[in-house]
Amino acid sequence: MKTVWTRRIAALAVAGLATATVACGTGSSGDQTADGKIRITVNGQPPQTQEFERRIFDEDIAEFERTHPDIDVEPHEGFMDPKVFSAKLAGGQLEDVYYVYFTDPAQIIARRQAADITDAVKDLPHVTDIQPALLDNFRDANGKLYGLPTANYSMGLLYSRPLFQRAGLDPDHPPTTWEEVRAAAKKISDLGGGVVGYADYSKNNQGGWHFTSWMYSLGGQIARRDGETWKADFNNDKGRAALTYLRQMRWDDNSMGSKQLLEAADVQRMMGAGQLGMYLAAPDNVPVLVKQFGGNYADYGLAGLPGGKGTLLGGEGYMINPKASPAKIKAGLTYLQWKYLNPDRFDSFVKRFADGGQPVGLPAQPTPDIWQGAVREQQERVKASYANVPAQNYAPYLASATTVKGSIEPPNAQQVYAALDSLMQAVLTDQGADITTLLTEAESKVNNALAQIR
Amino acid sequence: MPSPRSGELLAHTGVRPTTGGAPVPDPAGGPAGAAAVDSARLRRRARLRRRITENLTAYGLLCAALVVFALFSWYPIVRGLLLSFQQVDFVNAATWVGLDNFVRLFDDPLFGVAWRNTLLFTALALLLGFAVPFAVAVLLNELRHARAYFRLVIYLPVMLPPVVTALLWKWFYDPGPGLFNGVLGAVGLPGGQWLDSSSTAMLSLVLVSTWANMGSTTLIYLAALQTIPGDLYEAAELDGAGVWRRLWHVTVPQTRFVLLVLLLLQVVATMQVFTEPYVMTGGGPDDSTVTVLLLLYRYAFVYNDFGMASAMSLLLFVALGVFSACYVRLTKSTD
Repeated sequence: MKTVWTRRIAALAVAGLATATVACGTGSSGDQTADGKIRITVNGQPPQTQEFERRIFDEDIAEFERTHPDIDVEPHEGFMDPKVFSAKLAGGQLEDVYYVYFTDPAQIIARRQAADITDAVKDLPHVTDIQPALLDNFRDANGKLYGLPTANYSMGLLYSRPLFQRAGLDPDHPPTTWEEVRAAAKKISDLGGGVVGYADYSKNNQGGWHFTSWMYSLGGQIARRDGETWKADFNNDKGRAALTYLRQMRWDDNSMGSKQLLEAADVQRMMGAGQLGMYLAAPDNVPVLVKQFGGNYADYGLAGLPGGKGTLLGGEGYMINPKASPAKIKAGLTYLQWKYLNPDRFDSFVKRFADGGQPVGLPAQPTPDIWQGAVREQQERVKASYANVPAQNYAPYLASATTVKGSIEPPNAQQVYAALDSLMQAVLTDQGADITTLLTEAESKVNNALAQIR
Repeated sequence: MPSPRSGELLAHTGVRPTTGGAPVPDPAGGPAGAAAVDSARLRRRARLRRRITENLTAYGLLCAALVVFALFSWYPIVRGLLLSFQQVDFVNAATWVGLDNFVRLFDDPLFGVAWRNTLLFTALALLLGFAVPFAVAVLLNELRHARAYFRLVIYLPVMLPPVVTALLWKWFYDPGPGLFNGVLGAVGLPGGQWLDSSSTAMLSLVLVSTWANMGSTTLIYLAALQTIPGDLYEAAELDGAGVWRRLWHVTVPQTRFVLLVLLLLQVVATMQVFTEPYVMTGGGPDDSTVTVLLLLYRYAFVYNDFGMASAMSLLLFVALGVFSACYVRLTKSTD
């Protein structure tokens, strides 16, 4: 009796082990389904709580499969989560076509975690109509391409039109220099009642991200290439100018409020509640202010980044799993082009947003500002015909987008931003902080982060 | 030459008889001896087989635990050890980089900052988290009424999930509408910047962690205090010892062992502080709350550099190991 039991237990243990081993190995499914279709997994499917976006996405997948009978798309929820990215890749669970923020590709390419699609996009329509700077974000030093951009949110200045009016400023002529921003912030915070003139981030790497925008707007940069390596490039007049403006607004003018260590959600809450005059933001912030923080579309204006010498390109796109077969790469690119980079679908796509009561008219979803030339004009016409938010409020931003040079993020962005966070924190929380010392300290930290690029 | 009988006896006891240390003649010396040994071997094997079958169920059950430990505990530990000498991208084969990860760690200016901050946290946490619960336990032990009630009150914070505790205290500390500055303002005192100032942020985190964790330590002290025989105090009292002398000469020596064990456990736990800085400050302001584990987390899950993260955890492991070893030696030598 006993031996029967021990045998059974041993069998169970072996079975358990075997299951575990098999479970570890089933990450990458075969190229083809039983009926000979190419199967690709993709992420970027909105969660079910975002009812409208989810419906649009699922409808698109169904239509794509109908019009491309040889491709089977398996959508997954979720976007870019750096915490699980490597684990998914190691475990064979990473989607064939995966979503990235503009901050991600540089590191992903350096770590060889994306497929080279340079040759594969040669036959893909409309790739040459995409703004080259956005494509550059997905290239390595040799010009090889590893992904495609699907949205662009370059940094601009988001401001409250009602507060501008109350402070005696002209909402149709937003500030174009940092000197004007400072003066406007002073006037707005002088309104009293807890109103803050200008707010900026200084936490969770967002401070470093915004300091980078400051540097670009003044015609500076964060890092410069020095032969094979990168060196910090902000311990100079431009860096001092940026921090000096911030210090003057925070401590001399008292127009940035007393609570600091803010991050995006804190500042958006202030703006949504009508308590904030201006902050640096991309167009995708406007719907967030309305949907999550109780704002109104009519209340927000969007201008180019003050200073006008440059802006930080932000956005999103998709890259392809490095383990994907050529057939999967081809199918994945076909899907990406059809769904996200498709001028033939401009009209029908935007119409569904307008019919669904979603905002149309912003340089954001469903009309992301990623095109150039004739296709850009075509999209502008579609946007104008369906616009249901005051598109003229964003005219200053769009005007600057065509003239101002957009630059991508510094390499090793997250680590660089972490080092720059402390720069913003020091200026905004310590009145006696010495800007020269701060810049020198941050320079050595950033140089160290840049030295880790291999 | 031993007879077969004596051979059987030998097999039975399993012990060779020795005669005052004199060498015993070899039992396998002749043909008769060889036969005896063969049968002895068979019998031994039969006994072994019986013992194994009897214990197989136990081994089977143990097996499951071993597999689970090996898969989820030992394998990751060994893998982590290897990773700290490798560079990995999870696509291509890992490359061995020798001590490169460690060199890069030492080059990171935040590395020293993180260790300094962690030691500061540990020192403050011990100062507060070691003394306060002991004092509270002594007080509770002296209580005649409502002891159960106070025990529950002290223990309640332990039952809150750590993230909830951190978020709750984040509101307490808010320099604008927060609880602390509100209370201070109400009695006419100036408010503090709490988490927003690099000089007070770490202390603020220690307060949270002490509040959240002191319940368990207090209960353990209380249990230790209640094992002290009452006649020791009576004797001390008869000898004319006051409250403080009774505490110093009776309570502390009697609870010494528990105190030392908890000290070790607290050092090991507080050196690994993560939740509070991660949820409440993100390491700021000005890197004043970047701890070893927070930096390790950034290496692994923000920068996706698992080699450096593993190297960092190896160093932490070694540091804690050295500390524990010193501690064990110390307690042994004082016994």
